[in-house]
Amino acid sequence: MPMVTYLQAINQAMQEEMARDENVMLMGEDVGAMGGAFKVSEGLIERFGKLRIVDTPISESLIIGAGVGLAVLGMRPILEMQFIDFIACGFDQIVNQAATLRYRHGGQASCPIVIRGPGGAGVHGGLYHSQNPESWFFSVPGLKLVAPATAYDAKGLMKSAIRDDDPVLYFEHKFLYRRIKEEIPDEEFLVPIGKAALRSEGTDVTVITYGATVHSAVGAARDLAGEISVEVVDLRTLLPLDWGMIRASVRKTGKALIVHEARLTGGIGAEIAARIAEELFEDLDGPVMRLGSRDTHNAFAAPMEAFILPDKLKITEAIRKLARY
Amino acid sequence: MTEQKERELYFWMVLVREFEARVAALDKQGKLAGGVYSGRGQEAATVGVCHALRPDDWVFPLHRDMGAYLVKGADPNRLMAQIFGRRDGFSKGKDSYLHGGDLAHGIFGATSMLAATLPVAAGMAYKFRMKNEDRLAVAFFGEGASSRGDAHEAMNFAGVHKLPVIFVCENNFYAYSTPNELQFAVENVADRAAGYGFKGEVASGNDLHTVMNVMQKATDRARRGEGPTFIELKTYRYHGHSEHDRAAYRTEEELVTWESRDPIELWEHYMDKRKYDLPAIQAETLARARKVVEDAVAFAEASPEPTGPEAMDDLYATPVGEGR
Repeated sequence: MPMVTYLQAINQAMQEEMARDENVMLMGEDVGAMGGAFKVSEGLIERFGKLRIVDTPISESLIIGAGVGLAVLGMRPILEMQFIDFIACGFDQIVNQAATLRYRHGGQASCPIVIRGPGGAGVHGGLYHSQNPESWFFSVPGLKLVAPATAYDAKGLMKSAIRDDDPVLYFEHKFLYRRIKEEIPDEEFLVPIGKAALRSEGTDVTVITYGATVHSAVGAARDLAGEISVEVVDLRTLLPLDWGMIRASVRKTGKALIVHEARLTGGIGAEIAARIAEELFEDLDGPVMRLGSRDTHNAFAAPMEAFILPDKLKITEAIRKLARY
Repeated sequence: MTEQKERELYFWMVLVREFEARVAALDKQGKLAGGVYSGRGQEAATVGVCHALRPDDWVFPLHRDMGAYLVKGADPNRLMAQIFGRRDGFSKGKDSYLHGGDLAHGIFGATSMLAATLPVAAGMAYKFRMKNEDRLAVAFFGEGASSRGDAHEAMNFAGVHKLPVIFVCENNFYAYSTPNELQFAVENVADRAAGYGFKGEVASGNDLHTVMNVMQKATDRARRGEGPTFIELKTYRYHGHSEHDRAAYRTEEELVTWESRDPIELWEHYMDKRKYDLPAIQAETLARARKVVEDAVAFAEASPEPTGPEAMDDLYATPVGEGR
């Protein structure tokens, strides 16, 4: 099996789907001739031509709105936000246009679009190149949200997102682009939307996480081996959440820590914590705990960024604290 | 034009007016929930524009463009059921008035964020170009919505790719209460077309001949691959922004000035000058239109109300997750 980076996995998925289905296309800023700011779409315009790989003006609202129009006509556009922070410029087209399309048309319309782009911190990107905006969309019905942590999932989830008949927001983590490299199968595979994965099995504490912090959580679990038995649930899909796996794991361990790089307050962890408390109260042997980025903006200076972000040590500390209950 | 075609156009304008008048009356009787937005006075704009389209072209109407729905082929019965919030409406009760499009007839349902349909229309037009399809997209918007970034982003992109899309601005002089002089600093909104590299046309939206002429030029241009057109139609809504708005921000003199250029009366005047039997045409057309409207009301009243739990349907292609 070939070694593939997280970034190459996304590129492969897009290429394979475009080769399979002539209605799959890509729109975004600098995605064509330049191959994208991070080279995620490198080689696509040469292979598929400039009609399908569209270099757009700097117009996020247009990119998403046009994607909706294309999707209504049976196309399957992938819409790149050059940095996921810029998704804010297309917010209305996502939450009011795309998310309500099927609903306000009484089921007449499908909206098979994928909105993707690099998010996440840890690369000194500062305020507008570090954000994790998934919680802005978490309470919007009609959308699906995915956030892969591995190259395998990056590829399999992208292929599933492209084939999905509903709008999928695909949050890729720029810190992982070239840092993650793994062997993935040559033959075709999909990763289903809505299914979490166990990254580490354990019996004392469940860590529920997604994206880049999956790796920190697995690292913490490894460091704690022999001391605390830690189970790591990688959500992979944020909307809809895989409550089945969350329930099964928390019932087993009785202790849940939710970790995400997105800000703590109002983050996806809040909903998970509330629902665990409501449904699994009898199974719990300690408080549901959360760890996220500090409630501030993504500050630039290295000491500030380190202060803000959750990392392996902070996760280890939180697991120890929870295990003591 | 043949007399038959001229009478058909007349029928459409009368039908739109009768349909909207009935909806306004139902609203006053308390039979409708939600906002009702009359396009009374603007019938020539929607009828003239949509009459130029083919069945496989797409139109993006505003909340006030009942005429676009009717002329483009929406079933009046389902349209009335939509306004009643019933299960046979295009959105099956999920949203009100003209938010539920009729996709089978190429009618896209708008959100309330006006001008948000313009990027969607540009996207469709991109597909027509890309797949060499001889089709058009026509997006309506108001002079108020012309101030939104979506209008700019869509027109700029459409200009870059010379897309077969026509942007039709119905300038009715008020965005809710805000007058043109507080909305933009150019003389005509369509003057902006030059900034997007395509043709702008400013025309009377009350004179059906004028509307049809500018539309003909625009559709010819688009079908020849020469790109978009920005059409600004100057017109006027007789009613307030919604039926609840008394429109105290304008003078009676202004209203009457526009009523004296009424699009339907102008067309009647024209037919009279053509020496058609106007009284007979008027009586026959009115009776035909009222029959359509009464049938639609009867259909809508008989259509079942959706049940509460149906609010959870049509969120996804197949139900997902454990949303509560």
